[in-house]
Amino acid sequence: MTAADGPAGPTGPGRGDAAWHRLHPLSPIVAVSRLALTIVVTLALSGIEHRHSSGGRTEVVIGAVVAVVLLVPAIVSVVVTRWRFDGEVLSITTGLLRRDSRQLPVARIQAVDLVQPLVGRMLGLAELRIRLAGAGGTRGRLAFLGEAEAGELRARLLAAHHGLDQATPEPPELRLLRVPAGRLIASVAIADVGILAIAVAATTITLALAAPQFLAAILSSASPILLALGQAVVRRVISEFGFTAAEAPDGLRVRSGLLQTSAETIPRGRVQAVRQVEPFFWRPFGWKRLEVDVAGGVANHRGGRRSGVRMTKTLLPVGSTAEADLLLARVLGVAEPALVRPPQRARWKAPLGYHFLAGGYDAAHAVTVNGRLRRTTAWVPLEKVQSVRRIQGPLQRRLALASVHLDTAGRRVHAIFRDRDAADSARLLETLATLSRAARTPEGRAPGAAPPMAAAP
Amino acid sequence: MDAPEPFADGGTWKGPSERLWRMRIFQALATGVVLGLILGLSFGTLGAGPGLGAGCGSFALSVVWLRFLHRRVRAWRYQERDDDLLVGRGVLFRRLSVVPYGRMQYVEVTAGPIERLFGLATVKMHTAAFASDARIPGLEPAEAARLRDQLAALGEAHAAGL
Repeated sequence: MTAADGPAGPTGPGRGDAAWHRLHPLSPIVAVSRLALTIVVTLALSGIEHRHSSGGRTEVVIGAVVAVVLLVPAIVSVVVTRWRFDGEVLSITTGLLRRDSRQLPVARIQAVDLVQPLVGRMLGLAELRIRLAGAGGTRGRLAFLGEAEAGELRARLLAAHHGLDQATPEPPELRLLRVPAGRLIASVAIADVGILAIAVAATTITLALAAPQFLAAILSSASPILLALGQAVVRRVISEFGFTAAEAPDGLRVRSGLLQTSAETIPRGRVQAVRQVEPFFWRPFGWKRLEVDVAGGVANHRGGRRSGVRMTKTLLPVGSTAEADLLLARVLGVAEPALVRPPQRARWKAPLGYHFLAGGYDAAHAVTVNGRLRRTTAWVPLEKVQSVRRIQGPLQRRLALASVHLDTAGRRVHAIFRDRDAADSARLLETLATLSRAARTPEGRAPGAAPPMAAAP
Repeated sequence: MDAPEPFADGGTWKGPSERLWRMRIFQALATGVVLGLILGLSFGTLGAGPGLGAGCGSFALSVVWLRFLHRRVRAWRYQERDDDLLVGRGVLFRRLSVVPYGRMQYVEVTAGPIERLFGLATVKMHTAAFASDARIPGLEPAEAARLRDQLAALGEAHAAGL
């Protein structure tokens, strides 16, 4: 976000186009397509089964009723939805009985994503998702616009966000990398679910060969497990197929998908933590997976409940060390703090994990390495640290060790300096608290970082 | 055996009210009595001996438990520094949290029925991280209110974006 806090958008050129627009008339079809496909397939299957008994007429009737039940709300929602962009604020109004009107100021737009389901791609429609910074999970959704219209609106929103003339075309993206299909499939096959599926399949075959007389029993008990695992593997491959990462003006843009394609933006200066995972069987190939945590909304303090605080996105489904380093540098800037290993005696506390344990920090980032079989490296920008904790368990106290945790927004990733020398960890706690305070203050903050929001109570 | 605690130098640590200990005694003994009655009555169906044994046993256990509770109550401590709040707790697992005021999203003061009986309140400081656990139980209501206002004011002064 380079020009984030400037005066909101241009006023001149955009003013002319303040007319209300509607969604694309074919939207309802795309909206119900996924659900409808499932139902049609189910009905067709049951229709084939019952062909002889009822002649299939009831299935047709049921199908028609289902289509109407699904389509009517979708049509209504498309008819009552309107949007307008006047150069400063994108307004979306929707709702038949309860009107819902949203104002999305361009100055606070964090990312604009394009999502295209399979049917959407066939009909040339795309969904536009707009995320705002701060504001308790407020987001705008335009489902669906024509492809050209969606692209044009995104370019206009981004241009206005950066304070440029709206006619400015979207600057070209700089393609950074593309994950080849072969590598993706191979990597999914030998990681987590894939390896489990292979193991189950191997066991089934072995059992079937060893005891052919129980073939039916073995197959019937193994097939649901195999089916579920296979589904998970296939889903992963489909969703991350053709993954590309590109440098866009508002951050890193990652595209992926075989059937439904999505183009998501990982906004600059919003990254809470980056995690690099290396499953056991990936290590011979030097493959790495990168995930980022991005702050979405902020906690809703009035309700006393925390909601929509963070989103985890895949930054790289599988890639070489060089590719991972390239993306890391784009997201975090240069972050190569020297890693320090815990003392030898930590082996008693963490016999399996000791060989990976390490951690380090510099003025802007902290890096920790953990894991037993799979190596997990977490990077946390100190600017984003929410709190620092030191924990010493009974065994650790006996060994004069302690762990220091760096908490970031949300539930999933946090960096843990595990099993450090107790005296070291005490110093580490103080140092990290001081460094993250310095990184938070405006002077210490990197120039490209996010502006402070009026979000804290 | 114990390594130096962080932030050992300077700053005054405060602790919960003395009444927290009394509340813990009450809770432990009440639990012991209730558990003793339930176990005593159910084992009493086997005969007077097992019933009495189970009842007295669970009550005795709660008295032993008090020894541990005492150390745990003593372990709670907090310190308000210029930019962050330190909260320490735990005996077996010693924890020390550093929560910067700028990261605070809201402060919560709660007082459950038993806490109210003893005139106590718990102050909890929430950040966007789920793992942050800055909680101080057993505060005098006046101190809880002061801390709440203080934290709210400091949070506003230090507010930083996500």
